[in-house]
Amino acid sequence: MSAGAQLGPAGTGAGTAPIPQVVVTAPRLRPSGLGRFKQALFVALVLLLSVLFVYPFLWLVSASFKPQSDTFDNRLIPNVWTWNYDRVFEIAPVATWLLNTVWIAGLGAILTTFSSAIVAFAFAYFRFPGRNILFALVLATMMLPAQVTMIPTYLIWNELGLINTQYPLWVPQMFGSAFYIFLQRQFFLGIPRELFEAARIDGDSYWTMFWRIAIPLAKPALIVTFIFEIQAKWFDLMTPLIYLRDTALFTLPLGIKTVLDQFGQGGGGEGEYHVIVAATVILTVPMIIIFAIFQRYFIEGIATQGRKG
Amino acid sequence: MIASLYFSFTDYGIEQIAGFKPTEYVGAANYRQLMDDPKVGTALVNTLTYTVMMVPATMLVALGLAMVLLRIGRAAGFFRTVFYLPQMTPPVAVAILLLLMFNGSTGIVNESLGLFNIPGPFWTSDPSWIKPGLVIMSVWSVGGTMVIYLAALRAVPQQLYEAAGMDGAGAWRKFRDVTLPMISPSLFFTFIILTIAGITNFTEAFTAYFGPGQAGAEAPEAALMYTIYLFRQAFEFGAPGGMGFASAMAWLLFVIIMIVTLVNVLVSRRFVFYQGER
Repeated sequence: MSAGAQLGPAGTGAGTAPIPQVVVTAPRLRPSGLGRFKQALFVALVLLLSVLFVYPFLWLVSASFKPQSDTFDNRLIPNVWTWNYDRVFEIAPVATWLLNTVWIAGLGAILTTFSSAIVAFAFAYFRFPGRNILFALVLATMMLPAQVTMIPTYLIWNELGLINTQYPLWVPQMFGSAFYIFLQRQFFLGIPRELFEAARIDGDSYWTMFWRIAIPLAKPALIVTFIFEIQAKWFDLMTPLIYLRDTALFTLPLGIKTVLDQFGQGGGGEGEYHVIVAATVILTVPMIIIFAIFQRYFIEGIATQGRKG
Repeated sequence: MIASLYFSFTDYGIEQIAGFKPTEYVGAANYRQLMDDPKVGTALVNTLTYTVMMVPATMLVALGLAMVLLRIGRAAGFFRTVFYLPQMTPPVAVAILLLLMFNGSTGIVNESLGLFNIPGPFWTSDPSWIKPGLVIMSVWSVGGTMVIYLAALRAVPQQLYEAAGMDGAGAWRKFRDVTLPMISPSLFFTFIILTIAGITNFTEAFTAYFGPGQAGAEAPEAALMYTIYLFRQAFEFGAPGGMGFASAMAWLLFVIIMIVTLVNVLVSRRFVFYQGER
C-alpha cells in the first residue's frame, strides 16, 4: 500500500526508552570567515532545494484558481482569478466523498489505535507460554504484501454480502495491525512494572490497569498510531477501488480518480483540468493541516522506525 | 494467506462468485499460465526497473538532504518540515501532479528545461520516459527517508569525527569511514522498506495511466506495474479463473519479496555495522 514506505518492521530500539524527541541540535558554528561563508552556501542550497520541493504545491493551488484555458499557463499568479471550487462540488458529490473519507479514516484510526493497544498491552504485560512465538507470528504478517491477502479477504466479504458497503474499509481495523502493535508494545514495556504491581495491590482489574495506567502513559505512541492510520486511510486507493461501486459511498481518492477519468483527456472529455486541479487541492489540504497540527509526532514516529536494525 | 495459496491452484473467478460453477482444482495450471502470459513478464520487468531506479535515487537524495540540513543549524527544523511536506501528499494527488507538470508540451518541467534549451521528452506518453517520470515523483516524497537519516546522523558521536580529524582524515574519508558505517543500519532498513514499497507500488501508476475510461490495450504498457496487472486480473477483467490466476500472481510476488529481503539480509551482514552488543 501507499503508506508501506513508512510502515515496516521497526520500532523503538531500546525497550526502555519512550519515543525520543528528535532535537534540532545547536549549530557548531565556527567563528572563522571561511566557516561562515560555507554556512551561507549551505543555506542558499537549502533554499534552492526548498523551492523545488514546495513549488508543486504552489503551482497546484494557483492553477486551481485559473480559468480552464489557463491551467497550463505556468505562471504562479493567475492572470484571471476564477473560483473553480463550486464547479467541483457541482460535477461530483465531493462533499459526500470528503465526509466518507473523514468518517472511515477517523473510525478506522480510532479502532486500530485501541485494538492494537489492547494486543500490545497483552504482549507487554502478561507472561504466558508461547508468547514469543505468537508475537513473532504477528510480526511476520508485516512481511506479507497486501496483494496476497486481498483476494481471500474479498471473498469473505463477498460471502457476507457486504461488497459495495463501507464495512470492509473499517471493520478489519478492529483487529489491530502488526506494526502498531510492535510500536506500542515497546512503549508499554517502558512503563515500570512496579506501577502495575501497585495497582494490582490496590485491587485494580486488568482493564482498569490498562485504561488508567497504560493508556495515559503511552499517549505519544497512541497518537503516532492514530495519525499514521489516518494518513494510510486517506492515501488508500486500492481498498475502496475493490469494495465500493456506488458513487455515493466513494472515498475522496477514489472519487477524484473517477473525476480524473471523466474529465481528463483519457475519458474523452475536453480535459477540464481546472476542475481536476481544484479537486486535488481538496484532497491534499486536509493532510497538510493534520501534518501542521501533529508534525512533532510524525517526525518522531518516522525517526523511531529508523532507530532499529 | 493459506486461502490465497489454495485459490492459486484453482480456477476461481467470476463464475464461482456468481455461483454458476463449483470451484475446481486445476493444479499448477495458473502457474503455467503465469509463465506463458507475456504481460506478466512485462509487468515484472517494469516493476523491477522502477524499483532499481527509485531506491538508490531516493536514498541518495534523502542522504544528501539530511547532510545539508545537518550543516545549517537552527533553521534545520523549518526546512525539515518543507522537505517532509510532499510525503503528506496523497498518492492520487501525486499522480495528478505528475500528469500535469510532466505534460510533454505544456508542463512546467519541460518549460523549465526549455529555459536551458534542453528539449524535454514527452514524459507521460513516451514509453521510455514514463518510468523516469514516476521515479522523479517518488523521489519528491523523500521526506520520511530523510528524517530517518537525519536522526541517524545526529546520533553519530562527535568524538569519532574529532578523532578521525586528528588522524588527518579529510571530509571524504570522514564520510566514508565514520558516517557511512555509523548510519549503515538506517541505510539498510530504508533499503529494505523502499525496495518492498517499490515492488508493491500501485496507486501512482494506476491513477495516472489506468482508468475505466481507457481500454486495457490502450493503457501504456510501460506503466503496467505488477500489482496493477494483478489487480486487473482479479477485479477488473472479470475473466473466468481470474481470481485463481491473480492468487498465483500474488504468491509469486510474495516469493520475490521474500527472496529479495533474504538476499538483502545476507549481504548486509558484511556491510552493516551495529554498535554495541546487538
